Amino acid sequence: MSGSLLRQVGLLLWKDVRVEWRARELIYATMLFSAIVVLLFSFSFLGGAPPTVEVMSGVLWVAISLSGMLGISRSFEREREADTLRALLLAPIERSALYLAKLMSITLLMLLTSSVVVPGLLLLFGMKVGPGTSWVLFLVLLGLGTLGFAAVAALFGASLGRARVREVLLPLLVYPLVVPALLAGARGTYGVLYGTTESLVDAVRWIKFLLVFDSMAVILGLWLFEPLCAQE
Amino acid sequence: MPTESRAVQQVVLRGIFKDYGEKRALSDISLTLEAGQVTALLGENGAGKSTLLGVLALQIRPTRGKLLFDGQDVSELDGVWLRQSLSLLSHEPRCYADLSARENLLFFAKLYGVGSDEQARSERVAELLAQVGLQSAADRPSRTFSRGMVQRLALARALVHRPGLLLLDEPYTGLDQEGVQLLSSLIADERARGAIVVVISHDFEPLAPLLDVAAVLRRGRLEKTQRYSSGECSREQLLKLYSRAAERPLARIA
Repeated sequence: MSGSLLRQVGLLLWKDVRVEWRARELIYATMLFSAIVVLLFSFSFLGGAPPTVEVMSGVLWVAISLSGMLGISRSFEREREADTLRALLLAPIERSALYLAKLMSITLLMLLTSSVVVPGLLLLFGMKVGPGTSWVLFLVLLGLGTLGFAAVAALFGASLGRARVREVLLPLLVYPLVVPALLAGARGTYGVLYGTTESLVDAVRWIKFLLVFDSMAVILGLWLFEPLCAQE
Repeated sequence: MPTESRAVQQVVLRGIFKDYGEKRALSDISLTLEAGQVTALLGENGAGKSTLLGVLALQIRPTRGKLLFDGQDVSELDGVWLRQSLSLLSHEPRCYADLSARENLLFFAKLYGVGSDEQARSERVAELLAQVGLQSAADRPSRTFSRGMVQRLALARALVHRPGLLLLDEPYTGLDQEGVQLLSSLIADERARGAIVVVISHDFEPLAPLLDVAAVLRRGRLEKTQRYSSGECSREQLLKLYSRAAERPLARIA
């Protein structure tokens, strides 16, 4: 990445973080939503058998993907309300800088969501991650799964532009494409939570899969962002 | 990042057509825009003015025809370099409501590579805030601004990098009398600096004395182009030109 591109990404990311920190509507909304999702799932196990690790990993990724999508939709909608997205598209910056900055800000927002979901699962579901290595694998899975989700969402979020019913279109386009990332995240998390040597090896396999998926998603995003955001 | 604004001497639209499916928005538009001139695009709602401005702003790709910047087809020029020379003030402010006026302008100044360092950028921003009369509100979030103040901020944003081609879509909207005078003087300054200025407005009174060229569009066609000597054009002349091109009685337009 050239220094100029890095500076552009940094500037755009700084702007996104600053705007979000001032408004805080997205932070509060997505964190609250993710807490509600975890809470609702926990109600279904009240008084019954404790949830299995398969259920826990599923709840984790369902909560992250649902609240992440809520935040992403609102984030792009805010750029559209004052037409600032067009101002960015008209600015003399590389389109790839715009894509990478959006990818990073979405990833940050989703990781923030995880900071509510994970403690929620630890508290309400009695989730246990295991020793230090398991935590590292768990966090790597969270990071890579989130990155893959964000790589696809950033591409479609910006490129839907002024399309009608874009709020409906965005999840319809994004969810089918991120199924591999969510599946890998859930299966890998299951492996970590299960905690046997064999399951941890399996988790590493899913991490490798996510690395490949993320690389492909980011490369395709960089490649497609320019034509998808191009002129009307 | 680009480090300086790019001067443009001439922009030529040659045989521009724009179709949206079956509907033809622009039909065979040919127009030359020169540096140091203010051109008004006039016409009724739906005449194609904003579409034409979108073509000039590189936001709308023509179905047919050529757009030349200093004799070179835009399709052969570097997009980043081209966008450095452009600025568009549209209906929307295109500013971040949660950032202050100063933060907005500093962000766009950095984005356009204005100034060699932070101090130069801050000075340019302070100069613009003074020009548009927003010094006292510079550090307030722009969501607390009135419509007129937002329009002033949007204008400052459009001017931050001293564009070679300045495109203004209904710039007088929401401005009070003082704001109208301020905008007219800024447009005159941009013309004196050598920028190409293109304005869409239905507010003929403040616009007319600034004009060098008036182009009237009707149903996507360029009906009439009229050139004026500096300061010669009046509101009445514009109304006459407009009514002839629109084939409507003057009384119905005025």
